[in-house]
Amino acid sequence: MTPFRYMRATDAASAVLKGGAAGARYLGGGTNLVDLMRENIETPESLVDVTGLPGGIDELPGGGLRIGAAVRNTALAEHRAVRLRYPMLARAILAGASGQIRNMATVGGNILQRTRCSYFYDEAGSRCNKRHPGEGCDAVGGFNRNHAILGASSACVAVHPSDMCVALAALDAVVHLRGNGGERRLAFTALHRLPGELPDVDTMLQPGELITAVEIPPMPFAARSTYRKVRDRSSYAFALVSVAAALDVEGGQVRDVRIALGGVAHKPWRAERAEALLRGGPLSATSFAAAAEAELASAQALSGNGFKIDLARRTLVAVLEDLSGEIA
Amino acid sequence: MSIASDAKQALQGAVQGVMAKAVALAPDSWIPGGEPDPLIRERYGHIGKPLSRIDGPLKVAGRATFAAEFPLEDMVYASLVFSTIAKGRIAAMDTSHAETAPGVVAVMDHRNAPRLAPPPVFMSAPKAANGDNLPIMQESEVNWNGEPVAVVLAETQEQADHAASLVRVTFEAAPALTSLDEAREQGTKPALFMGQPLHDERGDAEAALAAAEVKVDALYTTPRHNHNAIELHGVTVAWQGDVLRIHDASQLVAHTAWSIGQMFDMPEDKVIVTSPFVGGGFGGKCLWQHQVLAALAAKLCSRPVRLVLSREGVYRVVGGRSPTEQRVALGADREGHLKALVHTGVTVKTASNAMPEPFILPTRSAYASETLKLDVQVVELDMLANTFMRAPGESVGTFALESAMDELAEALNIDPVELRIRNEPEKDPSSGLPFSSRHIVEAWRTGAARFGWDRRDPRPGLRREGEWLVGMGCATGTYPYYRMGGGAARITLMQDGQAVVDIAAHEMGMGTATAQTQVAAERLGLPIEAVRFNYGDSTLPGVVLAGGSQQTAAIGASVGAAHRELVKQLLKLAGNDSPLAGLKPDDVISRDQGLCKADETARHESYASILSRAQQPSVSVEAEGPPPLETMHWSMHSHAAMFCEVRVNTVTGEPRVSRFLGSFDCGRILNPKTATSQFRGGIIMGLGLALMEEAQFDERKGRVMNPSLSEYHVPVHMDVPEIDVIWTDIPDPHAPMGARGIGEIGITGTAAAVANAVYNATGKRVRDLPLTLDKLL
Repeated sequence: MTPFRYMRATDAASAVLKGGAAGARYLGGGTNLVDLMRENIETPESLVDVTGLPGGIDELPGGGLRIGAAVRNTALAEHRAVRLRYPMLARAILAGASGQIRNMATVGGNILQRTRCSYFYDEAGSRCNKRHPGEGCDAVGGFNRNHAILGASSACVAVHPSDMCVALAALDAVVHLRGNGGERRLAFTALHRLPGELPDVDTMLQPGELITAVEIPPMPFAARSTYRKVRDRSSYAFALVSVAAALDVEGGQVRDVRIALGGVAHKPWRAERAEALLRGGPLSATSFAAAAEAELASAQALSGNGFKIDLARRTLVAVLEDLSGEIA
Repeated sequence: MSIASDAKQALQGAVQGVMAKAVALAPDSWIPGGEPDPLIRERYGHIGKPLSRIDGPLKVAGRATFAAEFPLEDMVYASLVFSTIAKGRIAAMDTSHAETAPGVVAVMDHRNAPRLAPPPVFMSAPKAANGDNLPIMQESEVNWNGEPVAVVLAETQEQADHAASLVRVTFEAAPALTSLDEAREQGTKPALFMGQPLHDERGDAEAALAAAEVKVDALYTTPRHNHNAIELHGVTVAWQGDVLRIHDASQLVAHTAWSIGQMFDMPEDKVIVTSPFVGGGFGGKCLWQHQVLAALAAKLCSRPVRLVLSREGVYRVVGGRSPTEQRVALGADREGHLKALVHTGVTVKTASNAMPEPFILPTRSAYASETLKLDVQVVELDMLANTFMRAPGESVGTFALESAMDELAEALNIDPVELRIRNEPEKDPSSGLPFSSRHIVEAWRTGAARFGWDRRDPRPGLRREGEWLVGMGCATGTYPYYRMGGGAARITLMQDGQAVVDIAAHEMGMGTATAQTQVAAERLGLPIEAVRFNYGDSTLPGVVLAGGSQQTAAIGASVGAAHRELVKQLLKLAGNDSPLAGLKPDDVISRDQGLCKADETARHESYASILSRAQQPSVSVEAEGPPPLETMHWSMHSHAAMFCEVRVNTVTGEPRVSRFLGSFDCGRILNPKTATSQFRGGIIMGLGLALMEEAQFDERKGRVMNPSLSEYHVPVHMDVPEIDVIWTDIPDPHAPMGARGIGEIGITGTAAAVANAVYNATGKRVRDLPLTLDKLL
């Protein structure tokens, strides 16, 4: 680990002042950033601890929630309104990491965690375009069982590791940002980016910009929603594939639907094609299968992850069947 | 290994072969264990009690001091820099930035490291302990991807770690052989294990196979595995005058002292290796580069050094298990009697070690087949030397053999338990020796009844609960009884009735100190509280490897020998004024804090009385255990009947083990509480082997890509179901205390039981570990 300065911020304005300095990074629970610093993948000159910033979980008029970026993952998963109105979010958080890590991890930090690609982590011995743009990617011809099947580029095939973010992508969440230029809002699905030719850039955040909160709009039908994570062991493993979904049904028809996939792309993957096919259509196994087929139509396999295409389809269909069964 | 050392090994093997024949034919009474250990008769004493660990309170309170916790005055901390090429040389090394970083005391590399003799590789001499025989930071040559190339020493660990990141190394890569397939094309060679070829043939197995009425013939593969003890490998060392003191986490303190003495050209008694507590060994806590580098560094900077490998460091510096490709072919008649048993294959080692993964070992004594063909071939790669890991040979060998038995049972339409019982041999099928004690059939019957095996439908894929297919499978686990030579112990008996047993043995969390305190108390006729069992110190008597599940027997035989010596001495001291007067040592046993005539227990005198009359405050004796000839006279093996229930998700392919039972025949169980933990722990390792463990070795660079516990999967709590454990508790009449070691047997058979259950659940036969969900979609 490279020596760094540590500062604590107590309000967003002073945090942004400190965080705007060259070489500064915001520190949440540190459950990912500090690991990356130990591996010399992140070498910030200063850390601005934003866990003391105000902001809890607040009810919004109309039934939405505003979640402060420093709220711990455990607190969010346990919150009554989250469990009742957005069960997919509570389940997604509880499917991730371990109890100890969730107690430390913040919402903002979870959103900004970086890929677990083992070549990205091997600073000493492997090439990675995300660490050093242009040097090449060792994952393409190497161990890529956990890697992307959707939206990857020749420069990067890494996946975003978060479970929580998959639910937030499905729930039409909005992130509140604050930078030196002021405040702005961004749709959650527009926050993370696909790798393209710039795999070193994970998000659309401006330099020094701070996530201050996440807002979830009211979505009554999300009270019947779920998150299903498929992994190699029962706990403490990243998703091979995960599905967050909510289904609104009326008279045998799909009135509305939200779906996002995890473990498949460089960002939480909102399944817009599947949603569009399902919306207004019949509630049937055939339509579920067609929707899954359409969403995965553009999927591309690497040497070691071909199984994920079929796995994603099957898991998506099973989740939709589960939700429709619950409703029926 | 060189041709010369191969030849030496082969010669040793030939000598051993001649001797083995003589020992096999000798009368029982000439052989250790020929007369059953008197303790086997003792049924109501300390042995067999579920005593809690005597070191438990210390560990719970955090007062057990581990190797990396010994505080030494003026100590510096070390951090390693590793190579990133598999073969070649260091072309340039820039340590200037590291040297001027805050807190840095010195940077050591091949240019300034003190000179060192070549390491004695394990099995090249009785006390040789090194994982390989490569020079340790002596040359610019690079031998594997991950080899240490520099050691940074600083006032704090953080400063050392930071400075290590500032060392700039320029490597010049040479062509390296890192692919098993490529190496195989260049040719394999026969494997030698402990001087003996891993090859055995009886009759013409291939011809018998071709002619058999029913046959199965398949290839099974197992991946590379890494050691992952929770305690990282750590060492704290200091040069104190002409003595080198090493606080190690070790399963072989005496071997380590001798081997380090060889490298530093010192007498072994000037190297003091202690290891009071070890946070898991499993074959990995032996002598690797880190202890030697710490001693070199301490010499270089004239200060004590602490060196703790990072988790990545363990993957780079400490060897693991090699991958295997195994063919098992079975031919049988329609009644299921084996006519042919073929178990052959290839594994991987390096040119600098002598450890081919011996996967045919469990097959040698398994089944009564008319013909037999066993063979292991090796290729040598440019990689970190592989090593002993959690039942080397048996764990992966039983996966192949016992999967094949399940396939044969299916082909024959015979129950897999019944098929195994039908092929139970009368005597050892390979050596022809009689079994010392073999009650596997009993273990099968009891286990099957308790598990509810009769509820299994032999037709696969039929039992479904919601999204889950449910299946049951079984397999035989087996591990040999080993006892290595060189064991010795000292017993010191005080007039106040306290006794101390000293032996250079090891407690790595298995419960050795607890169980051996029970045994010593039993042997000496003392209460538990009156016995102290000292271990983990190379200055104590004996050369006792905590490996091959042999410590229980090695310690038992050594303490037994010392006890005989103690009885002799006490009878002398007792003289003619004692109720024991005129008795011979063989007539006398220890009981009730003294000695008595074995068949007339009223003729008794207490130790206190004998010693006080002789005006001796204490008496101390030391003796060596007899040479371990019993394994050349009897076929001595433990067995287990393993039963598994598994659930496989029809949507995702996820396999989850929902029930497991191990029914063991391991001789007498000394402490049922610690034994249960041993069995369960072994089975959990077997579940990891079955379902998830795999070191991802990128053959392009010869580099392990998942050197962390988040990416190298071992079972978490939720992966482990309730594990039921039962045992026959039938003493082995030819083993000390009637007990055979139990450390490793739980791992064996487990992976096959899981794979066989998966087949029963799904109809999919997975022959390639780990059994991950993509293979079941």
